[in-house]
Amino acid sequence: MEHESRLERWLRGIALALVVTFFMFPIVWIVLMSFQTNETILRMPPSLLFTPTLSNYEALITGRLVSNAGVLEIEFMSNLMNSAILSVGSVTIALLLGVPAAYAFARHQFRGSEDIAFTLLSFRFAPPLLVLLPLTLYFQELGLADTYVGLIWVYQLICLPLILWIVRGYFEDISPDVEYAYRISGHSWWATFRDIALPLARPGIAAAGLLAFIFAWNNFIFALVLASADKQPVTVGALAFVTASGIQYGQIAAAIVLSIAPTLALALYAQRYLVEGLSLGAVKG
Amino acid sequence: MMTGPGIELVDVTKRFKGQTVLDGVSLAVPQGETVALFGPSGAGKTVLLRLIAGVIEPDAGQVRLGGRDMAAVPPEDRGVGMAFQNFALFPHRSAFENIASPLEARRHSAGAMRAGVETVARMLKIDHVLGHAPRALSNGQKQRTALARALAGRPKILLLDDPLCNVDAKLRFEMRLELPRLLAEEQAATLYVTQDYREAMALGDRIAILDRGRLVQIGTPADIYFAPATIQVARLFGDPTINLLDVIPETDGRRPFARLSDTRAPLDTGLVHAVGRPCVLGLRPEALRFVAAGTAGAVPVTVEAETPLNEKTVTLAVTKRGREILVSRPSGTPGPVDGPAHVGIDASHAVLFDRSSGDRIVPKADADAHKRGAAA
Repeated sequence: MEHESRLERWLRGIALALVVTFFMFPIVWIVLMSFQTNETILRMPPSLLFTPTLSNYEALITGRLVSNAGVLEIEFMSNLMNSAILSVGSVTIALLLGVPAAYAFARHQFRGSEDIAFTLLSFRFAPPLLVLLPLTLYFQELGLADTYVGLIWVYQLICLPLILWIVRGYFEDISPDVEYAYRISGHSWWATFRDIALPLARPGIAAAGLLAFIFAWNNFIFALVLASADKQPVTVGALAFVTASGIQYGQIAAAIVLSIAPTLALALYAQRYLVEGLSLGAVKG
Repeated sequence: MMTGPGIELVDVTKRFKGQTVLDGVSLAVPQGETVALFGPSGAGKTVLLRLIAGVIEPDAGQVRLGGRDMAAVPPEDRGVGMAFQNFALFPHRSAFENIASPLEARRHSAGAMRAGVETVARMLKIDHVLGHAPRALSNGQKQRTALARALAGRPKILLLDDPLCNVDAKLRFEMRLELPRLLAEEQAATLYVTQDYREAMALGDRIAILDRGRLVQIGTPADIYFAPATIQVARLFGDPTINLLDVIPETDGRRPFARLSDTRAPLDTGLVHAVGRPCVLGLRPEALRFVAAGTAGAVPVTVEAETPLNEKTVTLAVTKRGREILVSRPSGTPGPVDGPAHVGIDASHAVLFDRSSGDRIVPKADADAHKRGAAA
């Protein structure tokens, strides 16, 4: 790699630029759209030149969409809030349950431990629709339909297996001798878990938590079926922009920008952990 | 010397997945004694230490520490200090914090902790690296940190799992000189695991030899060297290795002897009962020496090769019947050049093993003495 010619460097630069453009283009286009009115968006041929407007964002934040067909109430900000509550709540619970469980699976071979762990993983394989119908019936029966608790519970299907399996690998990578040494020094198993296992698995826990957050945030189908308007996250709420008077492209674009902003910010902040954390085994203590 | 019950193992057995790793091991290490636990890899040495430390439980038998049965006592309450073969330092903590962990567990004050860590760090000459993270330490420093951590809590029971196997030769030599003094100071019951027979001989008040989960022999270094219980033990102790020659002892009516190339090597009179049995005669290379032709009892050989080691020179010679033997002599003393030579045998330390079982054949008078000793 050190002895590359100028030509190779150029070619590589061009290839990278192409890839980046390909992946970034939709996002750039969405950001541009969010500052335009429906008229300029739908103009043919499309143009990069337009007078930017904040009207889309204004409409979203005030919750009043004024269109030529009349005034439409939209609940985007409460949707955004719902997304935050559901994602943060489910990741928190998944971490509280999943990290100790991952530790148990990593350190103790008990009867049926592999089967239980695999069953939990299989929740990720199953198509969500498979569980949705029975779940809807149960939830109506239990009074959990259309509640945060019920949704956060269902979101565990997404978050828990992810956290369990990623974090388990990290715990397995920690030499048991290090933990034995701490116990022999006179510390209880709980202190050993807290002072040795948790800090050493932190990159993995951070990476798993972030991934789980992104999956939870992006979830559509569970919330669509199980939540009514006031509990809907942004992914479902965005459907409201498909109105009788037409599709509000400008508002959709602004809504998308606002809804990807938190995950993007979080991913950028945790990038260090992600790269470190996902390269499993490369970060042995 | 402080005495009192230290480590007592009674018929300890451990199986993993149906495979017996330890088979009825019984061993007592009183307070103040160091026992070197020696054996080839896979013999179960590390498992034995872990059973004592309490991180694994025996399937049968009893582990007693300081006179107390440890069956329901978790590792943190056993008062054991242990140094691991792979160091097992806490990677996210500094050397100081590593060493302090036994003191921290006992809720010592910050001042007492600092004093305790510094004392043991000075003793092991790592007081200048206490602020470093484990990954910034050399192997030797890591090893000393691990040892310091085991010692910091001043445990009555000290388990050292081959602490010198990962350090360079120079440090290993230094530590082999330092450790006995250190261990004597601690006055703990120490079990020291090693795969190096020299280390076992240098550090152990007694040596326990573990092979395939069984204790083959327990004895002083001299016992093990001069009266090895089996061929295997004889082979493991000593460099160059012991000469093992197939013989069938004969007798001339007065005393038994082994025939080596038409020469008679006299055996202990107590070995009469071995006459006629297929045996293996063990002769240490230092019990053989080159002598002038015509010396009584000399065996004619052909010198094949010579290896000068530091303090001694080892010669490979072949007898007339094609058996290879090693002869060792202090370096600098005259020896034969290539070709025919004669070897004299000092049979006073020769050991005789049963060829089929591999066990040492104990001379009769000795055996009687043993029985009397056991009865007394």
